[in-house]
Amino acid sequence: MSKLDLNRVPMPKQEPEDRARNYDEVALGYKEEHALAEANRCIQCKNRPCVEGCPVGVNIPEFILALRDGDMPEAVRALKAKNALPGICGRVCPQETQCEEVCTLAKKGATIAIGRLERYVADWELNHQNDSNPEVGPPTGKRVAVVGSGPAGLTIAADLAKRGYEVTILEALHVAGGVLTYGIPEFRMPKGIVQAEVDYVKSLGVEIKLDSVIGKISTVDELLEDSYGAVFLGTGAGLPMFLDIPGENLNGIYSANEFLTRINLMKAYLFPEYDTPIKVGKKVAVIGGGNVAMDAARCAVRLGASKVSIVYRRSRTELPARQEEAENAEEEGIVFKLLTNPVRFLGNEQGWVTGMECVEMELGEPDNSGRRRPIPKTGSEFIMDVDTVVVSLGTSPNPLVPTTTGGLDTTKKGTVVADEETGKTTKSGVWAGGDVVTGAATVISAMGAAKRAGASIDAYLRGK
Amino acid sequence: MYQIVAREDLTPQIHLLEIAAPEVARKAQAGQFVVIRMDEKGERIPLTIADWNREKGTVTVVFMEVGKTTRKLATAQAGESIANFAGPLGLPTHIDKFGTVVCVAGGFAIATIVPIARAMRAAGNRVISIMGFRTKDLVFWEDRLRSFSDEVIVTTDDGSYGREGVITVPLRELLEGTEKIDRVIAIGPTVMMKFSSLTTLPFGVDTIVSLNPIMVDGTGMCGVCRVSVGGVTQFTCVDGPDFDGHKVDWDELMTRQRTYLDEEKQSLELWQHSQGVR
Repeated sequence: MSKLDLNRVPMPKQEPEDRARNYDEVALGYKEEHALAEANRCIQCKNRPCVEGCPVGVNIPEFILALRDGDMPEAVRALKAKNALPGICGRVCPQETQCEEVCTLAKKGATIAIGRLERYVADWELNHQNDSNPEVGPPTGKRVAVVGSGPAGLTIAADLAKRGYEVTILEALHVAGGVLTYGIPEFRMPKGIVQAEVDYVKSLGVEIKLDSVIGKISTVDELLEDSYGAVFLGTGAGLPMFLDIPGENLNGIYSANEFLTRINLMKAYLFPEYDTPIKVGKKVAVIGGGNVAMDAARCAVRLGASKVSIVYRRSRTELPARQEEAENAEEEGIVFKLLTNPVRFLGNEQGWVTGMECVEMELGEPDNSGRRRPIPKTGSEFIMDVDTVVVSLGTSPNPLVPTTTGGLDTTKKGTVVADEETGKTTKSGVWAGGDVVTGAATVISAMGAAKRAGASIDAYLRGK
Repeated sequence: MYQIVAREDLTPQIHLLEIAAPEVARKAQAGQFVVIRMDEKGERIPLTIADWNREKGTVTVVFMEVGKTTRKLATAQAGESIANFAGPLGLPTHIDKFGTVVCVAGGFAIATIVPIARAMRAAGNRVISIMGFRTKDLVFWEDRLRSFSDEVIVTTDDGSYGREGVITVPLRELLEGTEKIDRVIAIGPTVMMKFSSLTTLPFGVDTIVSLNPIMVDGTGMCGVCRVSVGGVTQFTCVDGPDFDGHKVDWDELMTRQRTYLDEEKQSLELWQHSQGVR
């Protein structure tokens, strides 16, 4: 065997000064020579820890091998056998804490860039129209309703369609994709890629009904009565949390959901060509430290704000965002105001936000989450000059479905109770997976839960 | 796509569209709304449901021309379609046998109050309706509201029809009168709902208003429609649109409604220019 190559091939990116002025994808993707060089570094180890590290169990060494050997259709087949949405996962999965973290080469500090290779293979397929019809099993004659067309919904719909079920996805908004469409910005998750993966799911025979707000237009019970043998809830965590501090309803204060929905779903960055407006001032504060906060801050830069700050109450170590996203944000000139917590908002006579009183924090003992608890420093209050605020504290499940579905147990946090292995809820015939069960988490963990639920629904309906 | 089955001009600026949406029609109740989007580049706007026909599978909406989207919608003809029509959204109006219910509506909100008056009447209430308009030419659906009311009072600001003045005057008279009023439903422009609520407050009569803040998704996702009710933040789209008028922070609501005035003006002017309107 040849000597180990410990030089991970870097991802080409748009320069910060260019990308801060456009909405094009920041990470440009590997070219063929990059992909081949990186694939060649994989030692095809026997114990394959990466497969274990992947929530949907993609056969990673297999697709990398095919890629290395130049057999792209085979690489696509190997990848898509377990993952219906590789173009999405290759972009937004936190590989560094999953497959890449456990890579045999990680010990040498040279983990294989599995996510970048995944994206390369997915993009190759899109560009080569490799419409080798995926195998769809013989029709079972049974129907499954999937509520929500985000990562969980698309995944289970694809899996069950392949197993021969007639699947209908019910989506509340006017476009499919869930958080991939309304939440993650174009420069990180191009909508053309989302649409292509949605089209792939449709090509398997899945019907997607838009404008269908379950809990309103139909209840889950009605779906079960109306010829669906099972219902899967993949409704996500769509309800924004606020700080609940004085002045929060002043004009110019957005939830991250509103801010990002206006931009991504409604294309407010193209106003007035598109009808939905958005107002962003010069001094923007984004409160929170997750990936959503990074997305909002980076959107604010692109909308022309001159000073954008991330205001986070703990330190850099506790920042929940991916390292890569925080770095991207910093490169684009975003300032991190750490150990800082807002206590109230100040406004002018017209009702617009003009300032934010904050208090400095210090870290105490670890709390339930294992992170060190932030404690306010008395007397450290100061006023931050702002004209736009985006509150990005996280989201909880939308109660529309749980409150209209009898027999469906929820937790105090509003999440739906479901078995971790099977996704079965407390209501017969109903499964759930993704953020609606876990609270806001990752695309891939939602997809993993959806795959397990798909297998469980299949077993249930075959037994019927 | 959702087809426009019928269209009617109730006044030069208030229009009715009957839209084919069988699943929405099946579930629609008084007080609920839909969110529509006309086309690919369109915005999502909420419109209250004025009526529905479950057999025919249609939902009727009534709207007034204000900004670009409503003016564009006003040009839509029967047979044409709109891209999106999601509903029925929001909680239905609480209907019960209260006793005597006064339904107060201003301008195009007459269309919103008609199904509520109908439901209140069907629940066994005595229904007194007060309809307010700027002037006689803008009066519509008087017969319709009469058919579901025991008594109807019409006001016009200029006195060209019915009583001269604003609706709060006859509302106060009713509250001061001998008949016990058990509930007031007030729907119309925000300022009219505010003053109706202020009118009923000293009499301690429960007053329900239907709020119309800015919305985007209409399903509880964005929070732009948040209002303070009794000091607590509520989302109009999922917790409302009906709230206790005595507890609403009206000034905050009116401030929030003005957020995009500049952009709305810009959008309208561009559209009018493109249509050759001067």
